[in-house]
Amino acid sequence: MSVNRRAGKDSPVVRVVLIALSLIFLSLFLFLPLLAVFVEALRDGVGAYFTAVTAPDTLAAIRLTLLTTCIAVPLNVVFGVAAAWVITRFEFRGKNLLITLIDLPVAVSPVIAGMIFVLLFGARGVLGPMLQEHDIKIIFAVPGIVLATTFVTFPFVARELIPFMQAQGSEEEEAALVLGASGWQTFFRITLPNIKWGLLYGTVLCTARAMGEFGAVSVVSGHIRGETNTVPLHVEVLYNEYHFAAAFSVASILVALSLVTLTMKKLIEWRGLVARKTAADREIELADASMAAIAAGGAYKKAA
Amino acid sequence: MLPGFSLSMGITVAYLSLIVLIPLATIFLESSTIGWSRFWSTVLSPQAVAAYQLSFGASFAAALINAVFGVILAWVLSRYRFPGRGLVDALVDLPFALPTAVAGIALTGIYASRGWLGRYLVQIGIQAAFSRLGVIIALVFVGLPFVVRTVQPVLEDIDLDQEEAAATLGATRFQTFTRVTLPALWPAVITGFTLAFARALGEYGSVVFISGNMPMKTEIVPLLIMSKLEAYDYAGATAIAVVMLTSSFALLLLVNRLQAWSGKRVSR
Repeated sequence: MSVNRRAGKDSPVVRVVLIALSLIFLSLFLFLPLLAVFVEALRDGVGAYFTAVTAPDTLAAIRLTLLTTCIAVPLNVVFGVAAAWVITRFEFRGKNLLITLIDLPVAVSPVIAGMIFVLLFGARGVLGPMLQEHDIKIIFAVPGIVLATTFVTFPFVARELIPFMQAQGSEEEEAALVLGASGWQTFFRITLPNIKWGLLYGTVLCTARAMGEFGAVSVVSGHIRGETNTVPLHVEVLYNEYHFAAAFSVASILVALSLVTLTMKKLIEWRGLVARKTAADREIELADASMAAIAAGGAYKKAA
Repeated sequence: MLPGFSLSMGITVAYLSLIVLIPLATIFLESSTIGWSRFWSTVLSPQAVAAYQLSFGASFAAALINAVFGVILAWVLSRYRFPGRGLVDALVDLPFALPTAVAGIALTGIYASRGWLGRYLVQIGIQAAFSRLGVIIALVFVGLPFVVRTVQPVLEDIDLDQEEAAATLGATRFQTFTRVTLPALWPAVITGFTLAFARALGEYGSVVFISGNMPMKTEIVPLLIMSKLEAYDYAGATAIAVVMLTSSFALLLLVNRLQAWSGKRVSR
């Protein structure tokens, strides 16, 4: 009894029950679905799996997803660094409003995110007639997919960087400037190395979402096979045509990607932690060294 | 004074306006052209009301399930050591990383009447896929990490001294949990719950596959918007979207307030 009462120690029964509950819950909602993707993907054999994954439409979908990601992610990375710089390094009126506005896309349903671009650029949209005159296609074409993806992944880098740069403060940058470095030198030599883990973390999250976005892209794509289907949309098309094994095969690529994302996320968290620890160690060493110097100075004075 | 204020401010505001603000403003531009009577008749049509009821009801139920299991999971992950803990801890974030369409077809595969679990559920009279229960299942999946990830850091930071003091003063383990630990966790639980709720409200990808999309029965609000867009009923889609956006923004504000409030509580 007294053992059970000790703080932080639950009785073995409670432990086992809680761990079992957690694992059952996760099995129902995470582990089984994950397993199901691979089992269903290989239902018709390994040969069918590779046929589905290397089909021309699948390859076209992969190319489009990569193209979209390669445009949306760098844009949002540049924006994220600029936004984090202005928010964490300067005081100005309306800062809180700016932070809230940057967060907006998170609160918008993906379907609505796609819809706003249809309202703007669609055939009956605000700019529709003008675009038609110049024969420019944005909706049901690649530019619409890129725009919708950029909107949905907009805040990811900025949201990771802002708290990260806030915690670091600007002393090192100020020191560099005082010592005569230019603004860009300071940015590339001091800021960028300092924020690299936070930046990488945000970029990984942004990339994962850009490759996997479904709702927003679904509204603007028009589902043209081989042309405007991204990988998640291609999964939907295959599934709705009852090509279940093929749909799960293509889906397994996305699952593998998300597992890579999680691994990288863990790795960065761990590296970031190590980096922070070594920085702390270095400060302690410095403090020790200066204490030793002071002590030595005292001894020298006494001797003198 | 650091350099680069005007450059970084310029990039931030220009990009924010181009990608987010101007496109979002078209919703309000479009909705102002509909006219009040048309707006209200669309927004309050029986099909729309049924969709709100389902979306809000299922999102609330899913967030509640996630709140209960989220606290248990956070407790298990932060207090116990067992084989596979690291793997479980990493996989909790899977719903953030897995594309929603993949989650949708995987969950449907399991819970459909011929699926791994669905076939047994059918025998006891439960139809999990293509029903409202299916909508809740998908929404539990997408909201799963939120409560765990808001509660876990709080649990890891909590000083065990307080629990020890309570135990020394004769409190049982259960009393210690409900009177000492839980009060410290509430702000994090409510924040996680609200985030999961807001996320579930807008969710589309995972739900469309498992819900069956029957109007008046299993049609969620984002799907209603989608079907109106597919019928080129831009005005109708916009009207429903205005209702959705307003409730999402209200939730976002609530989360910000909650975080400010819990921050104060922690520092006190």
